Amino acid sequence: MATTLTQGPERTEHRRAPSRSSARRRSLLRLNWFGGALGWVWLLIVMVPVYWIVITSFKTQSNYFAQNPLAPPTAPTLDNYRLVIESDFARYFMNSVILTLGTIVPAVLISFTAAYAIVRAGRNSRFLRGVNGLFLMGLAIPLQATIIPVYLIIIRLQLYDTLLGIILPSIAFAIPLSVLVLANFIRDVPNELFESMRMDGATEWGTLWKLAFPLTRPALVTVTIYNGLGVWNGFLLPLILIQSPEQRPLPLALWTFQGQYSINVPAVLASVVLTTLPIVILYAIGRRQLLSGLTAGFGK
Amino acid sequence: MTTVAPPTVRVKKGSTTSSGGRSGAVAWMVLPALFMFIAFGIIPLLGVLFLSFTQWNGIGEIRPAGFDSWRAVLSDPGLPHALWVTFLIMALSWLVQTPLSILIGVFLAAHKRYRGLLAVLYFIPLLLSSAAIAITYKFLLDPNFGLGPGLGSDLLTQDWLGNGTLALGVVIFVVSWQFIPFHSLIYQGGVRQIPLSMYEAAEIDGAGRVRKFFSITLPQLKYTIITSSTLMVVGSLTFFDLIFVLTAGGPGDATRVLALDMYQTGFRANLMGPASAIAVILVLVGLVLALLLRRLGGGSSGDSQLEGA
Repeated sequence: MATTLTQGPERTEHRRAPSRSSARRRSLLRLNWFGGALGWVWLLIVMVPVYWIVITSFKTQSNYFAQNPLAPPTAPTLDNYRLVIESDFARYFMNSVILTLGTIVPAVLISFTAAYAIVRAGRNSRFLRGVNGLFLMGLAIPLQATIIPVYLIIIRLQLYDTLLGIILPSIAFAIPLSVLVLANFIRDVPNELFESMRMDGATEWGTLWKLAFPLTRPALVTVTIYNGLGVWNGFLLPLILIQSPEQRPLPLALWTFQGQYSINVPAVLASVVLTTLPIVILYAIGRRQLLSGLTAGFGK
Repeated sequence: MTTVAPPTVRVKKGSTTSSGGRSGAVAWMVLPALFMFIAFGIIPLLGVLFLSFTQWNGIGEIRPAGFDSWRAVLSDPGLPHALWVTFLIMALSWLVQTPLSILIGVFLAAHKRYRGLLAVLYFIPLLLSSAAIAITYKFLLDPNFGLGPGLGSDLLTQDWLGNGTLALGVVIFVVSWQFIPFHSLIYQGGVRQIPLSMYEAAEIDGAGRVRKFFSITLPQLKYTIITSSTLMVVGSLTFFDLIFVLTAGGPGDATRVLALDMYQTGFRANLMGPASAIAVILVLVGLVLALLLRRLGGGSSGDSQLEGA
């Protein structure tokens, strides 16, 4: 939201009067050579382990123990990946896909309709303000603290050791932040647009889908990816709610795999690469919207 | 869905009130989210308080137990220790992350050319699961086969996870590794919203670079700092997966934070009553911290920052 406001003028400014924008850059840059050095050093710190994970996953086990850890493999091999895929990787992968989609699709949809209601009628409804307050309170509470009752509820619902048992609490945990971010974006839709929709005789339900939904798409993408990341990488709920190996999602499988093959470091790292790859691909697709959505949503 | 009022009525109403008085027509849209949040958020939250006054081994019957769990938890020297470790990790990881994130954020905001590429690479740690990160660092820091011995560096060859102080340091480093990029991006967004005219005015007054940073950038980032700090502090209460896989609370109980204490008591020792009492303490710590940070934000503008109004 705010980024679209600042980016427009900045870009035209850049074309018409380059001296002004470069003056800004210089003024910010000069005061921060220290931050600059730090930025590059930190990039190195971030990238070294990532680089190490990738190259090591292509090494043979003997190669791993014999070679300089930061040197690329002398004889690259795909054996590690083969071992991981043969260890039921496809099943864990599907579990994670079901878990993630089963959580984020309903979570984002119900958060979106809730945010819409809060923005549209929150001013006149004590009920909606109360609900909004409840969601905001949810932001301050470490929801992990509720796992024991969640465990009890899931057992009583006979959902222990099922993916649905993880999906239900995950949806609830995703709601507070999703509603907050989506409400912020819906609030930025000009009121005149809502008025004109109403003049045309559209229902609120119609306005929701035809006006608010397309206009808040960047926020929807942001919230979807953010929650998707959280669920895909979630560890605690599967740890306490899943027992049988064939129901495990990826992070839990990764952890048990590490316990089994603790000596075969390249194979474990290959499984790290494989569990992260889908997220990297998703990130590559939605990156622009995610980054601008995050900076606009938080960085005020 | 069927109770939507006919449009003519709403048009009339709408013409009298400026921002619509049609709460009945939209209010139901909040219900699915409200239901899910109550069922799996609010009820468990109240349930954890209830369970802290019972005795339960996780499988059998739940029996009322009065204040037994509370007495056991409050008299256990493990609790103050867990609180202290939690606080230490929270405070130190805040101290490491905040200055670095601000400086990197300011840098990212100024450099147009590299900004895109850097932002992409900076985001990578956030794509990895905490379990994957913990496993990676376990291998990297292995005193026999890790990075240190592999490179022949004595400085890097330490018993990183076998020494209490070092293990605590490792946790703080790994947390920073994971989250500094994210907070830098938040600060980058904050810096880009500072009006350029402020810097120009300061330049006319002859302010130097350090002066400009401290009297413009930093004060203008006040609300960004509060947002980012709230995320850091409340988030630090939930470093469960990372610590669980990396050190499992060890060596000894050197990195046994509150969340881990709760898990071990409940799901390993099968003492759900005391574990629930620890969970209640965890919730209270989170709430107090969030309220304190909001107070720091200073009155109404701080509220609107969090609520986005």
